[in-house]
Amino acid sequence: MREIKASQIIDKVKELFLKANYHIDPDLLKLLQKTLEEETSPIGKYVLKMIIENNKIASREELPICQDTGLAVLFIELGQEVRITDGDFAEAINQGVKEAYQEGYLRKSVVDDPVFERKNTKTNTPAIIYTDIVPGDKIKFLVMPKGFGSENMSTLGMLKPADGPEGIVNFIVETVKKAGPNPCPPTIIGVGIGGTADRAMVIAKKAITRKIGEPNKSEKYAIMEKEILKRINNLGIGPAGLGGNISCLAVHIDYLPTHIAGLPVAVNVCCHAARHAEGIL
Amino acid sequence: MKEATKIATPLNEEKVIQLKAGDLVNITGYIYAARDAAHKRLFELIQKGQKLSIELKGQIIFYAGPTPTKPGYSCGSVGPTTSYRMDPYTPTLLNKGLKGMIGKGLRSPEVIESMKKNRAVYFGAIGGTAALISKSIRKSEVVAYEDLRAEAIYRFYVKDFLAIVVIDSSGYNLYETEPPKYSK
Repeated sequence: MREIKASQIIDKVKELFLKANYHIDPDLLKLLQKTLEEETSPIGKYVLKMIIENNKIASREELPICQDTGLAVLFIELGQEVRITDGDFAEAINQGVKEAYQEGYLRKSVVDDPVFERKNTKTNTPAIIYTDIVPGDKIKFLVMPKGFGSENMSTLGMLKPADGPEGIVNFIVETVKKAGPNPCPPTIIGVGIGGTADRAMVIAKKAITRKIGEPNKSEKYAIMEKEILKRINNLGIGPAGLGGNISCLAVHIDYLPTHIAGLPVAVNVCCHAARHAEGIL
Repeated sequence: MKEATKIATPLNEEKVIQLKAGDLVNITGYIYAARDAAHKRLFELIQKGQKLSIELKGQIIFYAGPTPTKPGYSCGSVGPTTSYRMDPYTPTLLNKGLKGMIGKGLRSPEVIESMKKNRAVYFGAIGGTAALISKSIRKSEVVAYEDLRAEAIYRFYVKDFLAIVVIDSSGYNLYETEPPKYSK
């Protein structure tokens, strides 16, 4: 067994949430710069320039890229040979989130009761934590501060197996079309196909964090990603929804085995910042 | 794009009707920042006929809740939140004299009708450019509902705040007119 102290978890989670909120993924920044050359709409070009400028300022001065510093989502791979000492795993994660948000000038956007009181918890906790137990003696953290302008545009379709690839593509494109300017386009679209209703959405969210634009390992799914991306960009939504040919930066699909009766399709929409950071203990 | 039109707050009907969808504007003066929970409170007070903690006449509300201010800065990162969530409350506020809104995203037909009737304008700021926008906020203070924390009402003094007229007081709407030009 390898011992990892709760305090190490706190520090790592804090470090990663600060990083994700201040520093844009360099690959994403490169892609934004490339799209600036491809965009033909004058307003679209203007918007992309502002987005790029914002990302540079945020990184240089360590300011949050967006005022919506998100709900704290974590995907954790916990090695089964790890023993956590001096504290509780979930508490340590929440403590790390709390410290990042309180000390890093990040906005606290969590309310306790979703319907009645809606009182701010003042710490941006509780975090949303997904843990997979994996072989090994390390803990891998993938953190994702998820803003709700884009989260609100997400959809779940419990399609019929007969709907097939065409039905899936149509459902995803329709979701993005309806969302229009709301989720801060150009977007990154995470898609989860298969599993159960709940699992499909989890893998859709995680798919957003894949290396930007890297195609699916399966050729069939890679072709589907390409087609969806093309069809979304053909909608003309454009940067900030003000018209243009860059509406979406990438479509990332992940898939899982599913039931004979089902074809769950989850679409998790993400803004152009797609904030996330990874680290290992 | 054309050069930005300079406008000073507060607004009035004369200033508003000159603004056309597609205009880039450069705003200087005081504006308020308010979002979901603050809108609900303002709406409920108006419905009960009670006095509001801020004067709406001629004002601009920026749909936003900033991050905490870092030492040495005048405001935290602040950009627009998605506007449609304020739609149920907006016509009531427009009837009380609100002249401008800064946000991002679609508005309901009821809001657009009310904007035409009340002569008001909807500006789009670019979502996800909060660090950049914060540079145009020269002063920031909470003026109401501090208990709402991130959703309190702020009063900002802005200088050269850039926005785009997305829906003008005639109801001309860039979200409807622009994307079809680029759709294939």
